[in-house]
Amino acid sequence: MKAQNHNKMRQWVGRLTVVTLFATALFSLAAVAGVPVPDIPKAIHSIEGTQCVEKPSFMIRNHMKILFHQRKETVHEGIRTKKHSLKNCFTCHVVKGADGQPVTFKNPKHFCRVCHDYAAVQIDCFQCHTSVPGNDKPLGKMEDEL
Amino acid sequence: MTYEDKHQEDDNQIDAYRRKLLGGSAVLAGAATLGPGVFFTSIARAKPADEPVSSKVRWGFLIDTNKCKDNCDKCVTACEKENAWGTGSADEQHSRPDQKAQWIRKVTLRDKTTGHKTNLPLMCQHCAYPPCVDVCPTGASFKRADGIVLVDKHICIGCRYCMMACPYKARSFVHEDLEHQRSFSPRGKGTVESCNLCVHRVDNGRIPACAEACPDKAILFGNLNDPNSEIAQRMATEPSTEIRGDLMLDLGVRYQGI
Repeated sequence: MKAQNHNKMRQWVGRLTVVTLFATALFSLAAVAGVPVPDIPKAIHSIEGTQCVEKPSFMIRNHMKILFHQRKETVHEGIRTKKHSLKNCFTCHVVKGADGQPVTFKNPKHFCRVCHDYAAVQIDCFQCHTSVPGNDKPLGKMEDEL
Repeated sequence: MTYEDKHQEDDNQIDAYRRKLLGGSAVLAGAATLGPGVFFTSIARAKPADEPVSSKVRWGFLIDTNKCKDNCDKCVTACEKENAWGTGSADEQHSRPDQKAQWIRKVTLRDKTTGHKTNLPLMCQHCAYPPCVDVCPTGASFKRADGIVLVDKHICIGCRYCMMACPYKARSFVHEDLEHQRSFSPRGKGTVESCNLCVHRVDNGRIPACAEACPDKAILFGNLNDPNSEIAQRMATEPSTEIRGDLMLDLGVRYQGI
């Protein structure tokens, strides 16, 4: 009797698995029909010509390597070239909100977040770094006093 | 040759060209602005942006406490504004005053017998043999080739061992989420920070914010390794002391009148 019950249960588990698999397949098909492609904001071209500091195809794969390289050079060796700096990234790829002000990393529309949210890759850059241009002047008028 | 190699080679060529051009123009600019016999000794010589810092230079301060006024904290507020901490930032709202960042502080010494007060600004002393670097378990705390002691916040794990090791209480820990940092002075929760001798300014040939803001010229910034610099000449001819010189840390900051 016990064995029979056990067999019945196994049958049910089998059926349930098949149904679940089928449902998953169905859902994936539906997803393929309407994949939410990230809507990458266009850069403003006022910084350096009309093209990113490198080819877009290169940047998509290697921007993290470039930033990593730059960070080591800047922090440890004091090399402060602008071309591959994080600041240069978000200055050119600035996204303005409804109020005309650049949106910070808190906003899902921020250039970096659009792709990183999509790919579910967390970045920690903006825990310390500012994510918007224009934060490089002290609050006071010290720069003007010079 | 891969794309990356090619790109690197191109960059190197451009850098070499740029260095040559910048070197030439820097000399021209120097000749144009400085008259004969006029020296900008207190102002750092701008290095090309693509050149690494070198150990030929050692940056430091000479602080004359006789010129440092009571009830004046312009150096502190200038640092706060420049690097967005303390009153220069609205982000740290929940920390207690003793938890908040303090890159530079005014210290008042009072002679118990005479009642004489001595004021001095105290910040990271940029030791040649920094204890914070010795104890750092990750290598985040480091000394740059030009003597500036810094925290690489990318590597800092916030253990605060360096805060314990520093004899000058110069380091702080950030306890809160921050949002309004300066682009040139990144700081964030979970990392240790301290006076960075305004590296972003120094690398661009400017003097640190505190030295610039001092109305009484009590803080002199300069290159200790250059015998012709004002700071080196004054140190050679006038008496100055290190705070806790007994620790033999060879400080980059020296004081007069204490």
